[in-house]
Amino acid sequence: MSEKIATREAYGLALAEFGAQYENIVVLDADLSKSTKTEEFKKKFPDRFINMGISESDMMATAAGIATTGKIVFASTFAIFAAGRAFEQVRNSIAYPRLNVKIGATHAGITVGEDGGSHQAVEDIALMRAVPNMVVISPADAVESRAAVKAAIEYDGPVYLRFGRLAVPVIYDKDNYVFELGKGVETAPGNDIAIIATGMMVGSALEARQKLSQEGINARVIDIHTIKPIDKDIIIKAAEETGALLTVEEHVVNGGLGGAVAEVLSEYRPTIMKRMGLYDQFGQSGKPGDLLKLYKLTPDDIVDEAKALLQRKP
Amino acid sequence: MQQNKIEFLEEKAKQVRADIICSLASANSGHTGGSLSAADILVALYFEVMNVRPDQPKWPDRDRFVLSKGHAAPALYAVLVHKGYFSRDHLWTLRQAGSILQGHPDMKRTPGVDMSTGSLGQGISAANGMALAGKIDKKDYRVYALLGDGELEEGEVWEAAMTAAHYKLDNLTAFVDHNHLQIDGFITDVKSPEPVDEKFKAFGWNVLCINGHDMNEILEAVEQAKATKGKPTVIIAETVKGKGISFMECQAGWHGVAPNAQQKEQALKELGVEVNV
Ligand SMILES: Cc1ncc(C[n+]2csc(CCOP(=O)(O)OP(=O)(O)O)c2C)c(N)n1
Ligand SMILES: [Mg+2]
Repeated sequence: MSEKIATREAYGLALAEFGAQYENIVVLDADLSKSTKTEEFKKKFPDRFINMGISESDMMATAAGIATTGKIVFASTFAIFAAGRAFEQVRNSIAYPRLNVKIGATHAGITVGEDGGSHQAVEDIALMRAVPNMVVISPADAVESRAAVKAAIEYDGPVYLRFGRLAVPVIYDKDNYVFELGKGVETAPGNDIAIIATGMMVGSALEARQKLSQEGINARVIDIHTIKPIDKDIIIKAAEETGALLTVEEHVVNGGLGGAVAEVLSEYRPTIMKRMGLYDQFGQSGKPGDLLKLYKLTPDDIVDEAKALLQRKP
Repeated sequence: MQQNKIEFLEEKAKQVRADIICSLASANSGHTGGSLSAADILVALYFEVMNVRPDQPKWPDRDRFVLSKGHAAPALYAVLVHKGYFSRDHLWTLRQAGSILQGHPDMKRTPGVDMSTGSLGQGISAANGMALAGKIDKKDYRVYALLGDGELEEGEVWEAAMTAAHYKLDNLTAFVDHNHLQIDGFITDVKSPEPVDEKFKAFGWNVLCINGHDMNEILEAVEQAKATKGKPTVIIAETVKGKGISFMECQAGWHGVAPNAQQKEQALKELGVEVNV
């Protein structure tokens, strides 16, 4: 767990890698190619890269138009502009006609850091999850990000891919990791409590699990990389086997991973749970590490919440 | 007298540039090039043009300013400090957790900030809103906005341009910081918004083209804008991104990067300003 790579970096490299094999991939960006890392694709395939300028809404509907000709289109910008500013273009021009556009949304969550609340998407999962036809993927590390890009290419339809700015630990082994769209990953076993996380919070959950084990608590860690369609079975099984579920996400708890898990539990197997994330708050400027402390999303915070939740376990 | 005024403004601009450099260096992140290109316009507005009360930042009759290119926040913060809205110490907390000085302007946290911005294209719409409210209330305050030239690629800017002309917002003056660069390179290479002047003319605006680093020209243009009735004015200010620091000028690479300690020292030396951090 020593190597650290940002998932946006893995995204750009994956586009450049798969661009050779899939000649019908076209990549669009909105004046952020250095940050979203789509410049990796641009360097190798300049003829299939289009810089749309600072015009995110225009970019999304243009991507839809390109996709009508049978191409696989990746459209990239920061998550706040992809899911936020261009929401309705994504909804009506991409999702409604179910066109083959992949939205590569980078700089999601508070670990954007210093740029502050205006640039930190903390509601994009909720927005994208609500849109019919949209698949929502939030990878945990570089290995899963590469695999998610490949899965998105092979899937025919709209996909929202959520990546982070911050370099995060690589937690999976790239030779053995298998990505299945719509299936969660039991990243680590345990039967006292299940910590269900997404994105970079999976790495934090694994750290928390280690600390908990020193206190004799065996926590299962589940990585929900596909938030929609969500893997009901892995959640219900965890509820049955552990009886206490803690969700962790770099997003508001309303409508995100926590909301999605709560929906599954309340319909299929009511179980005590706690949702960790932002509580009806915006982010703010600060170093990513300072913000994770401020918003109580560190491994130590996960440990505290896990222990508090265990107290409530019947 | 006139000459004294210009010298005063030029001296202020120098100090503001030094504070931009130092606050960004202390934050170790942020937008240097576009803060420096906008510095002279902001100094002219706050120290000569705008009718404001720093001890009463929410005074209802004040002139308003919207930094539509919100990433140039360090320039606005430095000007607000020099104007006395809040103490200098805050500059050294820029972009830190809990600071009143966020990476992009935040009207809820920072005294003197009239509108929260950072998402390009939206500030000009908000400025229209303030100008429309001024008309409804029959107040004679004026509204100023500053846009980036890359920002003009946002469709919303042109929706707003249509709004301002349609509603004859002659109480609105927009500046375009025409520094020819955005993040991915020259605006004409990425996606050209040119010809900017002809576009605004076609949208029904009064258009003035000036040197955005010449205090006389800035003040003169604002006077012409005030005298223009029945339509909004846009002042297209020809600028240099990174203006004032030789190694930062005209470099796309200095868009979103802060100077390190050594670059800071060199920049201050070039400006001939000493700053006590
Ligand atoms: C809607 C939106 N899209 C993208 C960005 C990211 N961004 C910040 S600054 C910038 C380039 C701005 O270029 P320009 O308007 O020319 O500003 P300047 O050269 O004056 O710094 C971009 C794309 C943003 N802040 N808002
Ligand atoms: Mg520019």
